[in-house]
Amino acid sequence: MTEQEVHLGIKRALSKIAPEADLDSVDAQAPFREELALDSYDFLQLLLDLHQEFSVEIPESDYGKLRTLEGLRGYLLTKTTGRVAQK
Amino acid sequence: MGEFRMPSLGADMEAAILRTWRVNPGQKVHCGDILAEVETDKGLIEIEVFEDGTVDRILAAPGNKLPVGTVLATIAAGEPGPAGPLPAGPLPAGPTPAVSPAPGEGRFRVSPLARKRAAEAGVDLSRVTGTGPGGTIQVADVERAAAQGAGTVPSAKEEALSMALRHRRAIAAAMARSNREIPHYYLQTRIDMSRAFAWLKEINAQRPMEERLLSAVLLTKAVALALKQVPELNGFWLEERLVQKQAVHVGFAIALREGALIAPALHDVDSKSLDQLRAALSDLIARARAGRLRSSELSDATVTVTNLGDLGVETLFGVIYPPQVALVGFGKIREQPWSENGMLGVRPVLVATLAADHRATDGLRGAQFLGALERYLNAPETL
Repeated sequence: MTEQEVHLGIKRALSKIAPEADLDSVDAQAPFREELALDSYDFLQLLLDLHQEFSVEIPESDYGKLRTLEGLRGYLLTKTTGRVAQK
Repeated sequence: MGEFRMPSLGADMEAAILRTWRVNPGQKVHCGDILAEVETDKGLIEIEVFEDGTVDRILAAPGNKLPVGTVLATIAAGEPGPAGPLPAGPLPAGPTPAVSPAPGEGRFRVSPLARKRAAEAGVDLSRVTGTGPGGTIQVADVERAAAQGAGTVPSAKEEALSMALRHRRAIAAAMARSNREIPHYYLQTRIDMSRAFAWLKEINAQRPMEERLLSAVLLTKAVALALKQVPELNGFWLEERLVQKQAVHVGFAIALREGALIAPALHDVDSKSLDQLRAALSDLIARARAGRLRSSELSDATVTVTNLGDLGVETLFGVIYPPQVALVGFGKIREQPWSENGMLGVRPVLVATLAADHRATDGLRGAQFLGALERYLNAPETL
């Protein structure tokens, strides 16, 4: 998948959880959970949506890599390398 | 013959607007079935029935604002007749049609011209007073309402704004009453979460993503079990005395994305397994955010749990939701220095607080509760 496809997939998943948020204004290097006021339930829901969107398994031990949008993007890019987008 | 009434969904509620019927006369219902939806300051709420029987007569029409206690329908005990849920004979003559009529339909006497004019002017007929024969709404009544703007249907945006404002005012009323009437006392303890975390990590590593347990599930169950040991904190302060409750229904504070807060009840937490609790919590949060809570969930929480740890708060000092007598607060679980048996180490530490009503209990009982809570979280396999 390309960086753009991953970016759009994250945007789709995040806007389902926090429809009122302006994702373009979120600092890619800042912890987005605090910025978007996502609680642990929202975060788990987001990961479930990403799991569906990208067909990737995200073990709990990797949660630490997913604190920022940049981290999330990099993580999903690595996991989906060589794969062709379905959507 | 049972009566299905407009329930009270909190000490501050006086009336609600009936929005939709989900049943017809003659339909068989069971305890726990949802019969109707009402609009309250806390959003759209599904109203359950608490008996088995058959819907006999429907006595209230959607669109009307009705005080708490109003009989909405009557429920006949037992099975419907041999003809089944929809008897072949004429249905009981209720004054209103069943199951979501179109707005305005069948509820008022309206002249056809007035109905047409109301549609053109965007006037809600439920807010217009008829001055014609038998209270019939006539064109002149519609024109008057349109001119005053009183009956004008609000836009979706205005409606949402007014709902948010009403919800805020409901919270304001409950919290002001709490601070006015309840002499709070506060206790705080630090709990080493390393055993609970290790246990969760091991369990979750074997589970698919959708079945992973959040620490909130563990904390909620531990609160319920600790309350069984200190039952004086589980109940209501009513008529100058403590009324303890057997069942532990935990009001779980949920922040709604539009800025409001609601604490619907998770029922019988003490007797649910962690997996049942995970499913119940996930369902409750999703429905709270979608505005689809049930009447019992808004009225029967026996204690409240608030967790602000996800947002980085370390210690939370709660305001009790009357007539409850306690609120348990959890902050963020942080790695902190921890000394034990003369050794210093780093542990994930949770700050748990109790806000309790001093009319109902003293600090001793509060301390016993926090002690029991700590013991349960130190032995997660017992939860």
